[in-house]
Amino acid sequence: MDYTGFLANIAILVLSGFIGFAVISKVPNTLHTPLMSGTNAIHGIVVLGALVVLGTAPNPSVPLQIISFVAIVFGTVNVIGGFVVTDRMLAMFKTRPTASTDGKN
Amino acid sequence: MDILVYALYIVAFAMFILGLSGLTAPRSAVRGNKIAAAGMAVAFVATLIHIRETSSWLIIIAALVVGVIIGIPPARKVKMTAVPQLVALFNGVGGGTVALIAWGEFIESDGFTGLRVASGPVLPLVVASLFAAIIGSLSFWGSIVAFMKLQQILPGHPLSVGRLQQPLNAILFLGSIVAAVIVGIGSTTTGAAPVWFGAILILAGILGVTTVLPIGGADMPVVISLLNALTGLSAAAAGLALNNIAMIVAGMIVGASGTILTNLMAKAMNRSIVSIVAGGFGGGGKGA
Repeated sequence: MDYTGFLANIAILVLSGFIGFAVISKVPNTLHTPLMSGTNAIHGIVVLGALVVLGTAPNPSVPLQIISFVAIVFGTVNVIGGFVVTDRMLAMFKTRPTASTDGKN
Repeated sequence: MDILVYALYIVAFAMFILGLSGLTAPRSAVRGNKIAAAGMAVAFVATLIHIRETSSWLIIIAALVVGVIIGIPPARKVKMTAVPQLVALFNGVGGGTVALIAWGEFIESDGFTGLRVASGPVLPLVVASLFAAIIGSLSFWGSIVAFMKLQQILPGHPLSVGRLQQPLNAILFLGSIVAAVIVGIGSTTTGAAPVWFGAILILAGILGVTTVLPIGGADMPVVISLLNALTGLSAAAAGLALNNIAMIVAGMIVGASGTILTNLMAKAMNRSIVSIVAGGFGGGGKGA
């Protein structure tokens, strides 16, 4: 048994966890929802897993084909929809401060 | 060629981290989101290069087209007030993907017994896959309930069976773990256990439903954030099982940052995560 590759992946996993904690340490309340939506889009990375499972199967059976099809559809919806809706939220968010500063001036 | 794939994955997750740190400040948030989206495109291309010799191009392209057609219109057209439930739905399908990946792997490796052929650790990969199956299914069904509550398909107020709620959830949780252990043991001896694998997905799914139902509508954003973090963790587990560093890094970053974010959101509402998840308690903060 060769655990080298697996342990390297665990190391990457642990370090990524610390990065995730560090990046979000300071965030204004107004950005909570867009940030949730943005991280939601990022975990759409799972679509890659669906592609790999189907794509590396030499002779995918029909059940595997059906499951993978649904998985890829779901994953794509997660990624595309997630990034588009986050962009919309942020676009709305961006116009507000400029409007209020205009009011002050 | 695999070196190219690995290198592109490294570029991709660097862009995720950069994008995410951009998302934490108002001025850089829009750009941060775009950087993360570009990183996703890089990871996507890398994966298509990785699986370039597949015989399933037709299914893959069809699924991608369907996903884009289904995903874009609601994201562009839905009213801003309906965005939280849309995020819940997007999170749910992500969790569903993870559960389906685990299921697909289960079928492809003949009940995980196929994993034994490859040199390397078997048990950790099986455990990671089973974790992905449980959390993915829980996140999918929990998010669907959160969506239906916010969309007012289901009543927004807490729905619970009272004192029996916590024991019921505990039984469902233990049940899914037991089913997972049975499948895991089967993977190291002989034979497949499709029924038990189905039991994992079903029990974890019911747990997702019974956990979110007793939570009031006002607490729902915190719950969605928690489910978001869980989906991230399950994505990282699936990444471990598939030896895919882009999934490990992106999933774990979301898992960790999502946990912190959930805590921040709960604090901003003067609530604790425990009291929210315990559900029904304190009227679920309805009308807060």
